Amino acid sequence: MLLTALVLGVFIPIVQATTGTANEVRSRVVVDVYVAERTSREGVATLRAALERTPNVKGVEFISKEQAFERERRRNPDAFDILGRNPLPDSFRVTPVDPGAVDSIVARLEPPKSGLSPRPELAAIDEVRNREDETDKILSATSLVKLLTAGLAALLVLASIALVANTIRLSLFARRREIEVMRLVGATDWFIRWPFVIEGVFVGFMGGVAAIGLLTLAKETLIDPLSDRFALLAAPDTIDFPVLALLLLAACVAVSAVGSGLTLRRFLRV
Amino acid sequence: MRSSPTRAEVERSLQADRRPAQPAPTTSVPVVELRNVSKVYDGGSIGLDRVSLGVERGEFVFLVGPTGCGKSTCLRLILKELEASDGQVLVSGRKLGEMPRKKVPRLRRNVGVIFQDFKLLPNRTVYANVAYSLEVIGESRQSIRRKVPSILRLVGLSTKLHNYPDELSGGEQQRVSIARAFVNHPPLLLADEPTGNLDPETSIGIMQLIYRINRTGTTVIVATHDREMVDKMRRRVIELESGRVVRDQRSGRYRPDESTSEFAIRLRGELGVGVEGHPN
Repeated sequence: MLLTALVLGVFIPIVQATTGTANEVRSRVVVDVYVAERTSREGVATLRAALERTPNVKGVEFISKEQAFERERRRNPDAFDILGRNPLPDSFRVTPVDPGAVDSIVARLEPPKSGLSPRPELAAIDEVRNREDETDKILSATSLVKLLTAGLAALLVLASIALVANTIRLSLFARRREIEVMRLVGATDWFIRWPFVIEGVFVGFMGGVAAIGLLTLAKETLIDPLSDRFALLAAPDTIDFPVLALLLLAACVAVSAVGSGLTLRRFLRV
Repeated sequence: MRSSPTRAEVERSLQADRRPAQPAPTTSVPVVELRNVSKVYDGGSIGLDRVSLGVERGEFVFLVGPTGCGKSTCLRLILKELEASDGQVLVSGRKLGEMPRKKVPRLRRNVGVIFQDFKLLPNRTVYANVAYSLEVIGESRQSIRRKVPSILRLVGLSTKLHNYPDELSGGEQQRVSIARAFVNHPPLLLADEPTGNLDPETSIGIMQLIYRINRTGTTVIVATHDREMVDKMRRRVIELESGRVVRDQRSGRYRPDESTSEFAIRLRGELGVGVEGHPN
């Protein structure tokens, strides 16, 4: 139990960090909306307002012709010096609330293909692009990472439940004579079960406490000095330690209660 | 059972506790009734095959037959440790098949059980073993302190309260288990081969004790394969063979009001066991 609790304790921050990173990567999913040339200032303003009102839109950033030119020239000075004039249009960079549903934004904003006239407030849109390849890659990679960590976490919980169940089974076996006598003289189900449930929860609790102790030790001796010196490699915000400790304890107790409950249900038919 | 003071004490307490035996009233509900009960185990082997029988209040019944004939199945059905595959098991008029799980502990509190292997807890003293059965059903401490010594006096173990089971002889251990089964004064007492592990003289002592409990009005069902003992005791005998009742001999020629000492003397005489106090 101590071991699984320990693994769980190390695992919770890892899950946090990976999902944090995954989310951070996901936030790079954006939609670029290019504004048609010769659009008036008012046209741009209406468009901005319309974009902000679109569902699933978190933020809208205006990038003017000049800003875009500056950016691109910095990236590729030679090519842009040759050009002499600025071919880039004004654009908006739209960040979605849910990166997974970014396609819905594109579908909403894109100008209709055939002759149908677009909605008036979106008339100023020339083109909508969401760098499809990149977006797809980001989305699939991050969701895979999330899925993997979730799977590992589930396995870990199952292992802990099995472990506690086994512990309880052993103690049931060790005390089978007593249980038999209790049943024969007419003890109620719960009178017989309680000690074992309490034992299971206690085992879980002690495991949790020990794991927290070890984690504290590791944190104090290893992580803290390191992070002081290196500002831990772009550490995404991990969980606070006291919160982690509480969470871990609660998880251990819950898991062992479930484990002992299952065994009792199976092996203690009165 | 070795020391004569203990024996004398038993006899005294037996006399003191003697009550007029109640003749079974024919109109009342039978304590135990099996109606066409069959029990087929999961493996397909047959425990009981359409057995019907009734046991009246205050009766002393022997269940006899060879190993595997269904004696223990019968007792376990009455305790609702097993469910009948077919038919109805009734205990004081209640159908066990329809009894919810919650009520099972209540049933078992009203049925005392004795086993061949005693089922005592080895890490508890005699006193604690008997007290344990009362603690488990939530009896108060005062009543435990009152009941346990008196029941142990009754079975003749008042000098061994603080001994552990492995310090006692087989007969004494069985007395402890009888004390545990009877400390609550249940109206029904089941015994599964109570003398199976004991020598004849000790067996007589145990049977005498069970008979004595029966004389207080408790219905007793004893499963045994000791035919000789059964025949000599001249009580009702139900014989089972491969799950069927082959003989149900209602109370042979015996005096229902025979006192326990008379009973023991007769039994000793008929079994040819040595004089009282000098086993073999």
